[in-house]
Amino acid sequence: MISNSDPTGASAPSSPLVSLSNAGVQRDGAWLVRGVDLAVRPGEIVTLIGPNGSGKSTTAKMALGILSPDEGRAERRPDVRVAYVPQKVMIDWTLPLTVERFLSLTARADPQDARAALAATGISHLRSAEVRNLSGGEFQRALLARAMCRKPDLLVLDEPVQGVDYTGEIALYDLIKRIRDDLGCGVLLISHDLHVVMAATDHVICLNGHVCCQGAPVAVASSAEYRRLFGGRASDTLAVYEHHHDHTHLPDGRVRHADGTVTDHCHPHDVAQDPGAEGATTSEEKTRHAG
Amino acid sequence: MLDDFFVRALVAGIGVAAVAGPLGCFVVWRRLAYFGDTLSHAALLGVGLALLLQVNVTLAVFAVSAGVSLALLALQRRASLSSDALLGLLSHSALALGLVALAFMTWVRFDLMGLLFGDILAVSVHDIALVYGGGVVVLAVLAWIWRPLFAATVNQELAEAEGLDPQRANIVFMLLMAGVIAIAMKIVGVLLITAMLIIPAATARRFSTGPEQMAVLAALFGIVSVVGGLFASLEWDTPSGPSIVVAALALFLASLSPLASWITRALRRSAGPQSEVMHR
Repeated sequence: MISNSDPTGASAPSSPLVSLSNAGVQRDGAWLVRGVDLAVRPGEIVTLIGPNGSGKSTTAKMALGILSPDEGRAERRPDVRVAYVPQKVMIDWTLPLTVERFLSLTARADPQDARAALAATGISHLRSAEVRNLSGGEFQRALLARAMCRKPDLLVLDEPVQGVDYTGEIALYDLIKRIRDDLGCGVLLISHDLHVVMAATDHVICLNGHVCCQGAPVAVASSAEYRRLFGGRASDTLAVYEHHHDHTHLPDGRVRHADGTVTDHCHPHDVAQDPGAEGATTSEEKTRHAG
Repeated sequence: MLDDFFVRALVAGIGVAAVAGPLGCFVVWRRLAYFGDTLSHAALLGVGLALLLQVNVTLAVFAVSAGVSLALLALQRRASLSSDALLGLLSHSALALGLVALAFMTWVRFDLMGLLFGDILAVSVHDIALVYGGGVVVLAVLAWIWRPLFAATVNQELAEAEGLDPQRANIVFMLLMAGVIAIAMKIVGVLLITAMLIIPAATARRFSTGPEQMAVLAALFGIVSVVGGLFASLEWDTPSGPSIVVAALALFLASLSPLASWITRALRRSAGPQSEVMHR
């Protein structure tokens, strides 16, 4: 259920722009993701990581209100201005759309803001180019420029550096940090990389159908070894996230816990909350893993 | 001036083309050509019902087309059949039902050919008022929902995330389609309405760099087709509705010729020196 939180509480500076509590989405009897707790506050960068199909995009869509959670709650502050960079945007040949017009897709972009956003993303020369002719990396920059023009309170990015080369990736991460610094917006970022995240990330959440572990990334810059590995400039932008799991996801979908027991999956309360929704859950142990 | 049947035909046809062009762009962008066909076939059922119930034909056609649109939305939610199968089912069922209903009403003398291919030369002043009155409403509503509808055409989830309510825009768009079909039916006929929506828009695509520009160009190409087709039908004594569509087709073919691509390049050079680099 999507509901806006109490407006009187919204004035407090630290109250979250968006929060999920124990939220989950179910499709055809299977949970895409379940038991997610997260909050994004103004000025905060939260990074979601996890393997393919682990529910990262689903979680972001719950936060955006595109999907409503089948259990738990998703709450957004009522006045939040959102900018969204989706994972995939297909531009059909039949659509005549220049980069400049694309910036005004959901709201008219101020010409000055548009120029600044194009300059910041390094695609000023592509202003009147057709969007469908852009390369993958150029298109990601155009998506980010569009999000910048909206001057959002909450910026949600679904794998924003896909198709961008290594130096481009670092430039884009620097830019996302600068957008956060300039606008003071909250950022929810989905990363395709399981171990390397933006150094500016305040909080990392590792998903695999549920929250496997979470915490702060380790600054690369502080370790000489990583500095050598990443190179000078990158080490200020990138950080490493060290996973601390007390369970392992086996290839067949089952889960092996730290004490050696194997269960069908990770959701500890399935039996109590939703009997019969999934197959054999009776053997599941009731201990809660790291959350 | 409106005394002359040919002038009335021209005025009415230009009105229809001006509305069909912009709406047709969305039909092309959203790959809804078959949807347009379905709605126009359903129009025949609307005519049958109007005669049976003694109500206004345009209103009945609008109501049936709108009903079919909403039925399609509801059936898609259930998603037991693919969209094109559903469209085929609705389209031909409505057409067949309409023809059967008309056959039962033996007391009605009915010009089926006029219904299928249009009877633009029999347009009355009243029809012209309907085309322009309805057309202004359709274009005004389209302008009102333009941004959310276009954003949802590019990416539905993006529009939804950024608070544009694409669902509402989609429903309004379907109602507009039903409205245009009700208005245009008499002019080009049930079987050729989709052509007026799609062909001018397809022609406009090659000359456009922006969606708004394409909408205006599609209206212009539609108007040129109407004028050209009507004069040709006068000259060679051909049926007027099909002649308009043939004229639209001729324009489209001309847009594929080398001359047209030369014009396109020249237009883009004058529009901005940077853009040329990108059109590889």
